[in-house]
Amino acid sequence: MSTSLLLLIIALIGFIAFLAGRARSFTRSAGKLASLHSLPGYHGSYVAIWAMLPALLLLAVWLIVAPIYIDYTVRSSLPEPVQNQGAATVQLALGQVKSVAAGFGRLNADEIAAIENGSTNMREALAAKGVALAGEGEPYMIQSAQQFNAMRQYSRWLMSAIVLLVSVAGGLFAIRNIDVRFRARNRVERVMLGSLIVASSIAILTTVGIVASMLSEAGRFFTMVPPFEFFFGTVWDPRFAGAGSGGASGQFGLLPLLAGTLYIAFVAMLFAVPIGLFAAIYMAEYASPRLRSTAKPLLEVLAGIPTIVYGFFALVTVGPFLRDISAQLNGLVTGNYQNFIQAQSVITAGIVMGIMLIPFVSSLSDDIITQVPRALRDGSLGLGATRSETVKKVILPAALPGIVGALLLTASRAVGETMIVVLAAGVAARMQLNPLEPMTTVTVKIVNQLTGDLEFTSPQTLVAFALGITLFVITLGLNIYALYIVRKYREQYE
Amino acid sequence: MTEFASPTVRVSTRPAASRRDIGIKRRYAAERRFRAFGISAISIGLFFLAVLLWSVVSKGYTAFQQTTITLPIEFSEKVIDPKNERATDPKQLYTANYPLLVREALVKQLGLDPSKRPLVKQATDMVSASARTQLRDIVVADPSVIGRTIPVTLLAEANIDSAFKGQIDLSVDETKRKVKDEQVAWMNQLAEVGVLKKSFNTGIFTFGASSRPEAAGVGVALLGSLYMMLIVLVLSLPIGVAASIYLEEFAPKNRLTDLIEVNINNLAAVPSIVYGLLGLAVFVNFAGMPRSAALVGAFVLTLMTLPTIIIATRAALKAVPPSIRSAALGLGASKMQTIFHHVLPLAMPGILTGTIIGLAHALGETAPLLLIGMVAFVVDFPGSPLEPSTALPVQIYMWANEAERAFVERTSGAIIILLIFLIFMNLGAILLRRRFERRW
Repeated sequence: MSTSLLLLIIALIGFIAFLAGRARSFTRSAGKLASLHSLPGYHGSYVAIWAMLPALLLLAVWLIVAPIYIDYTVRSSLPEPVQNQGAATVQLALGQVKSVAAGFGRLNADEIAAIENGSTNMREALAAKGVALAGEGEPYMIQSAQQFNAMRQYSRWLMSAIVLLVSVAGGLFAIRNIDVRFRARNRVERVMLGSLIVASSIAILTTVGIVASMLSEAGRFFTMVPPFEFFFGTVWDPRFAGAGSGGASGQFGLLPLLAGTLYIAFVAMLFAVPIGLFAAIYMAEYASPRLRSTAKPLLEVLAGIPTIVYGFFALVTVGPFLRDISAQLNGLVTGNYQNFIQAQSVITAGIVMGIMLIPFVSSLSDDIITQVPRALRDGSLGLGATRSETVKKVILPAALPGIVGALLLTASRAVGETMIVVLAAGVAARMQLNPLEPMTTVTVKIVNQLTGDLEFTSPQTLVAFALGITLFVITLGLNIYALYIVRKYREQYE
Repeated sequence: MTEFASPTVRVSTRPAASRRDIGIKRRYAAERRFRAFGISAISIGLFFLAVLLWSVVSKGYTAFQQTTITLPIEFSEKVIDPKNERATDPKQLYTANYPLLVREALVKQLGLDPSKRPLVKQATDMVSASARTQLRDIVVADPSVIGRTIPVTLLAEANIDSAFKGQIDLSVDETKRKVKDEQVAWMNQLAEVGVLKKSFNTGIFTFGASSRPEAAGVGVALLGSLYMMLIVLVLSLPIGVAASIYLEEFAPKNRLTDLIEVNINNLAAVPSIVYGLLGLAVFVNFAGMPRSAALVGAFVLTLMTLPTIIIATRAALKAVPPSIRSAALGLGASKMQTIFHHVLPLAMPGILTGTIIGLAHALGETAPLLLIGMVAFVVDFPGSPLEPSTALPVQIYMWANEAERAFVERTSGAIIILLIFLIFMNLGAILLRRRFERRW
């Protein structure tokens, strides 16, 4: 029985249970519905929950545990010589056994018998059914594959039976409880509360998942490449993961990537902060309501545009424009029409990322500036200060902590930005100071290392997780500090 | 402060100039400068918005037109099935020499001499190589066309398409461009008799991936994005609302809920690529889900969207006045009933607005999808979210990496499609807010 069919049947049982529970509450109350403690719907829901929840939980546990158990059993039944060849070989053999097993599922009994007595080649027979086997199958695999298939089938059958039994038993147990004074609503609400709590814990689980997955993969990377070489290496040259080489052949220095990331983020902030801040000040302090109500949403459109669009804009418009204009300038001055800005460069990526960040800076700062109490503003204006003096000497100092928080949040976004730099910054990992040359970033390298065919055992792949955790820690630090500042600032004026 | 103090001193020494010399002029100039800075900052921002949109639209609007060549194709039995084997060997119809049909029709149309091979080759190069599959599909779908002559609308090759749209500078020396003089002459000749013409490009919406620009479209990507958005909506809305209800209405104020709160704010600011790493490590590597599948992409995007929805929902719940709650509780409703029957419906417009904005972000997100392998060359439409598919922004990324100029047009066209979707979603959010916004 397939899992989806099973789910459907459980849902059906749940529905029937609901109707039965409701009906029973009607009959118990003998027509006087007001005598019931809970509304009939709650009685129905109570029974339905008992019919479905335990069964579904059991199903979930079974679906997770059974494959692990079957893997373990099949693995330990592999022949001695294979077992002794180390974890990687065993894993490989297990993978082959599984593909053989999948292939057997498509063959009929005669064909399987032919393979077993060696009259047909297993690989060819399976290939004919569309199952590609990596390498010639060993004879022992046939046995293991059949064991695997048998166990899986047995497990499915057992699971279906037990889950359905639990479902029906749960419903029957619950329906006996239904009575006039039975507090069905309170129980149903307790389950609802439980599900609310589960939902809110997903946020925590996500963080735990991020940290755990990255730490474990990065940990594997650090067993191949010492952390010191990663964090303080100045050369990024991971080479390609040769098939089966497995060794750490390349150099994985973080510093050139970090330098590029911070440089591009710096250029972007240099571009976005003055524009965004002045826009925010003008909108908060000077603009008429009409201008504000049109200009603010329009600027925020910039924040709604997907970053891939910015990347494309940098690639086909800004990059070539900067390159051509630099060639023209060079030609006018020296007579040599050679461009001195590369199409892919720190400045291209920085400017385009800066455009993207303008609305972040402006709306975050706008919120903070408008939170400065009216009294401070009026006091300053009343003493004869002009508006700009009020802004510079009263409002900005008062809003400064909040603005710093906003800028830190923006910086964290600049550091973590991916698509713009992938398309506009280049891939050359170099440490240099010229903003007109290409540099690369942490995020670009994560994408580079993880697109294409992956082998989860090579340092070339795993380094992406080490880069990821570095990025996560940097942005987390910036975010937590920024949120702390912004929160503190809010309390100050509330 | 010294400026304010100085006039009293000056009154005694220079009575005539008493109130003038406190730097009013200078201060007003500074004021005007400051104001000009502000205006120019806003204008620069809007200018860049305009340049960005203009650059995309001016490069991309032509992608919605496609040059086609309508030729009377003779599905001659001699070419398709010379030995009359199609009844016994259905493969025959798949492997037949369909390009020959196109060549013959074109030679006849242009009145060329079939023995001049190079010339004929140049002529057939004007038709997209996708004509082979197009004709094959016609024949396979209805083998009775064999032996008949019917007009078929074929795609023009990408360079001819560009030339016909006037995007190729024909004054350049012939050897330096991809369209030859003869081809231009034929193109004009065919255009005059109405065989070659521009029409609305439906292909960009329906085709899958292709290495030929004229046969490439965002159809598969649109379907993949649709799958993902549906799953993201189905998962993130209930989970997000449930989480916010707990945090806003039930959670006791303690360290744990404080931690959750900080956590959610943080997750909203985690770089999207980190979610991609999470998806790769947990869903693909650990749980063994298929790479490139829309389902995995949707899970990743759900985790990414949840913080946005939770933050919006909590704000919406907070905005419902306590009087509603008190009234319901006073009439004997339980806390759960109060929230689900009264507070939640009133907060719904705000919640939906937040959800739509979250979905719009998810629709445009690229980086995490690259990591879970959605950068695949997918030609066929995925039948379910478990099959390999791609997404609209990822398709844009892949096309942006293609060197051919015709792909620049396609990429911009795909961006326009993406932006139109986003505009509609955001307009929907705005309208929702306008329609149902309530001031208590």
